[in-house]
Amino acid sequence: MNPLLQLEKVSIRFGGLTAVADLDLRIGENELVGLIGPNGAGKTTAFNLITGVYQPTAGQILFADKPTSKLKPSQLTRRGIARTFQNIRLFASMTVFDNVRTATQLHCARGVRHALWRGRAFRQGEQEVESHVMELLEIFHLENFFDAEAKNLSYGDQRRLEIVRALATQPKLLLLDEPAAGMNASEKNALMQLIQFIKDKFQISVLLVEHDMKVVMGICERIAVLDYGVKIAEGKPEEIRANPKVIEAYLGEESLKNV
Amino acid sequence: MNFRHAKTFLLGAIALCFLVSLFENQINSYWLFISYDIGVNIILAVSLNLINGYTGQFSLGHAGFMAVGAYTAAVITNQFGELNFFAANGVFIVALVAGGLAAAIAGLLVGIPTLRLRGDYLAIVTLGFGEIIRVIFQNMQSVGGARGYSVTHNYTNFFWTFGLAAVTVYVVTSLVHSTYGRGFIAVRDDEIAAEATGINPTKYKVTAFVIGAFFAGIAGGLYAHSKQFLTPDGFGFMQSIAFVVMVILGGMGNTIGVILAAILLTLLPEGLRALADIEHIPGIAQEFPLSWVGNARMVIYSLLLIVLMLTRPQGLFTLRKLKIKN
Repeated sequence: MNPLLQLEKVSIRFGGLTAVADLDLRIGENELVGLIGPNGAGKTTAFNLITGVYQPTAGQILFADKPTSKLKPSQLTRRGIARTFQNIRLFASMTVFDNVRTATQLHCARGVRHALWRGRAFRQGEQEVESHVMELLEIFHLENFFDAEAKNLSYGDQRRLEIVRALATQPKLLLLDEPAAGMNASEKNALMQLIQFIKDKFQISVLLVEHDMKVVMGICERIAVLDYGVKIAEGKPEEIRANPKVIEAYLGEESLKNV
Repeated sequence: MNFRHAKTFLLGAIALCFLVSLFENQINSYWLFISYDIGVNIILAVSLNLINGYTGQFSLGHAGFMAVGAYTAAVITNQFGELNFFAANGVFIVALVAGGLAAAIAGLLVGIPTLRLRGDYLAIVTLGFGEIIRVIFQNMQSVGGARGYSVTHNYTNFFWTFGLAAVTVYVVTSLVHSTYGRGFIAVRDDEIAAEATGINPTKYKVTAFVIGAFFAGIAGGLYAHSKQFLTPDGFGFMQSIAFVVMVILGGMGNTIGVILAAILLTLLPEGLRALADIEHIPGIAQEFPLSWVGNARMVIYSLLLIVLMLTRPQGLFTLRKLKIKN
């Protein structure tokens, strides 16, 4: 069976700079893959290539066996790729409930006409959306804040809300961009459990871009390492930990001892 | 605000407008005309609020859309002579809708190419668009050019003005109060995040522009048939600014506030005019004429705006964020 996401010799150049070169990456169904690398290694660029923010200059990306080239981010989300952002991007003026509700709309084809007529189909649809959203909020223990404005949540809750919003689009693949950034040790532990839980509960694949070795090593089934836009290693966490190239490029002997 | 009874509100408002319009000839005609102005300004401010307030696209071209609607509707009704009651109202509503559609097409034409622009750039482009419309009408000799265009019929009445204002409020509010409509606010709050949740921002922006322009066109038609005379200069960019001021003063994305602001800003100059006529202040023996208010009317108006913006930057009528849940 073909993997869910497949990057084949993907490169992108900005002028003279090759940010990502000949990247091969596969993510299978219900797999948790980590993408690591030092600052400026091209992780976020790879992320933006997968989500359609950038178009690759060479190579191709297949999602569920279909090429994703020329698709806009919103179209890719409709196909089943959801993401979170490194610096949290919530709809700040909306309530927690509405943040999630907005993300459900691609599955409740109720457009202008329905909203204006407000007939039975519309009300039924809105009710379904409401119960679906509340269900999601309950799973992630945000139901008590449903009425609060998103910007008033604590940092950890905002991170969680962003993940809930991404899940509300019913993705097959969830991309998390540095979800542990700015978290303390206990928050990180909770986050690791959460990611594992999401993967099992919703049966989706997860691609995790992360700085924090503890998080990546702790939960990822497979890890790919980028350095200067080139994939220098890929394998199980133990293999990555032992790989001398990785140690040289990124981890350094010191951090290896700490893991 | 709970919007479950949206349709009840709409039907109730239209029935009320009908009732009032039965007694229209009992109302002092000065105040009646001011009420038309209020209704027209409510339509313009509420429809602009969809673009500026909810979708966050700063548009300065609303008077341009209004002009397109006004001239289109006027040209249509001017083709007819004296008509009986039913024919007249039939022609009028057709002309209004045609004006709205013409403005909506203009909105689409501006919308598609310019909506890649954000913030200040979009404001400048829409400003330029509004000026282009004005200059086109100024040079169109078939509608009188700069001399102006007189409208034969005074079809505008209380029923149409406030009935259509109610329709505008209904359309904008029920659009925004739906899962679909949260997309407008999502685009305003964070376009990149909106895109990541499967929303196509361009589609939403164009939708907002087209619907906003449609109602601006309808307001233009109502304006044309109450003033009965159109000049291109009446749709200049100062007029667009006046509508933006209503939206900002009412609180961006707060429909009730914007309605109140439209009423207030229409009444304020008239109120100051009335104040200027006072010769005696009750309780003060000697003469204390307030005629200076008349001369300083617009200065006072502007000063009030400055004071209001300094003291209530969140909008005059935004007490707290309205809770929105269907």
